[in-house]
Amino acid sequence: MIIVKDLHKKFGNLEVLRGVSCHIKEQEVVCVIGPSGSGKSTFLRCLNRLEEPTSGEIIIDNIQVTGEKTDINQVRREVGMVFQRFNLFPHLSAVQNIMLAPLKVRKTPKKEALEISEELLDKVGLSDKRDAYPDQLSGGQQQRVAIARALAMKPRVMLFDEPTSALDPEVVGEVLGVMKTLAKEGMTMTVVTHEMGFAREVGDRVLFMDEGLFVEEGSPAEIFNNAQHERTKAFLSKIL
Amino acid sequence: MRWDFVLEILPKLGKASILTLELTVVGIGIGIVLGLVSSLLRISKIKPLDLIAKLYVDFFRGTPLLVQIAIIHYALPVIFGYIPVALVSGIAALGVNSGAYVSEIFRAGIQSIDRGQMEAARSLGMTWGQSMRHIILPQAVKVSIPPLGNEFIALLKDSSLVSIIAVEELMTTGRLIMGKTPRVAEIWFSVALLYLILTSTIALFVNYTERRLQTGDNR
Ligand SMILES: Nc1ncnc2c1ncn2[C@@H]1O[C@H](COP(=O)(O)OP(=O)(O)OP(=O)(O)O)[C@@H](O)[C@H]1O
Ligand SMILES: [Mg+2]
Repeated sequence: MIIVKDLHKKFGNLEVLRGVSCHIKEQEVVCVIGPSGSGKSTFLRCLNRLEEPTSGEIIIDNIQVTGEKTDINQVRREVGMVFQRFNLFPHLSAVQNIMLAPLKVRKTPKKEALEISEELLDKVGLSDKRDAYPDQLSGGQQQRVAIARALAMKPRVMLFDEPTSALDPEVVGEVLGVMKTLAKEGMTMTVVTHEMGFAREVGDRVLFMDEGLFVEEGSPAEIFNNAQHERTKAFLSKIL
Repeated sequence: MRWDFVLEILPKLGKASILTLELTVVGIGIGIVLGLVSSLLRISKIKPLDLIAKLYVDFFRGTPLLVQIAIIHYALPVIFGYIPVALVSGIAALGVNSGAYVSEIFRAGIQSIDRGQMEAARSLGMTWGQSMRHIILPQAVKVSIPPLGNEFIALLKDSSLVSIIAVEELMTTGRLIMGKTPRVAEIWFSVALLYLILTSTIALFVNYTERRLQTGDNR
């Protein structure tokens, strides 16, 4: 589903990704963990080219993401993204936030877009907040709307960049709950996260990133109970 | 002060202040269109377009409006060989001049919007233009309302400068009346009063728009 080959990303002289490769299968839930500044967000943002890769190849759902000829907007329709700080559109209500992209990008008829949006609001448990504006919602509610907004495009893949780290502890669970449901339904997901509980329970595979490289990968059990690499062990000992 | 004389000239001045208001409204309208285009060029990251817009803004912000009016009304007709019409020259000068200021207002407004907004819009597959139109500009325009209001008021006052090319707005009308009577104080205090009424009305209108945008449904 997602194939990354020898991905490099430089910011000026700073090489943040130094030859990253990986292969993510359909319906797989992959959690990316690693220390701050190791390049996790940059990796994720390269996948939908919010950051332009310096070199390397990315293929998602048989579409070449990298390359001059690619229509990147076409790719992004198939790749949903959820941000750490939600980035809901503050001038639009919850349902308008969700409807906008189907209307403008997929050219879905208004009635159908509205139906999709209301179904999704229901799915993330926020039917009663349909007409609320982002500043009237708690962080957890905003993030659930943001997930619904990404899902409205019916993406083939979902990318999450630390979706719960800007949230108060008591609302983390409601967002993880929505993500769990998605995983169960078979969504292909790549999740950068500090929630080791979530990685253990929901993740099919864990990738450990350090200094711009995937240093180690394995099943959650392998990584959390039996890490091979010194740097993985050092990182896990700090956060577990 | 001779109040009966004030009452006598007020209708004439009142009529002229309507032209002043019209000049300003059309001027700011042109300014908003030019300013929007120019601000978009400036943030487009396409070097030549950015440069053109920057030159435009720097020229009209860096030279006196009075000189700009003279260029438009006297110099350009000589270069391009046409007969200038004072009203058109006046409106054009006010429009291109305010466009330069409005460009900077919109640019600041657009830049004040969190980068994450553009990223979220693009990540959904919207083009740059769609993201600008549906996400960035509605928010940027809202934060631009107060400085736009200030520009509106400044332009109304500056519109008095078109009297130099004899557009018969408020200032010119004051001067014309002065030529026929020695009652100078009555004339200029009346003119000042009318300008004050115009600027206060605009200020009220801007305040109202601002409040409506803050509390209204269509945020
Ligand atoms: N736009 C940018 N310009 C310059 N440097 C950047 C940019 N974005 C990221 N970096 C740098 O790249 C490195 C990796 O950043 P990245 O955000 O990918 O790390 P991360 O693993 O997501 O960290 P965190 O856990 O703190 O989110 C950091 O040193 C960061 O300062
Ligand atoms: Mg990050």
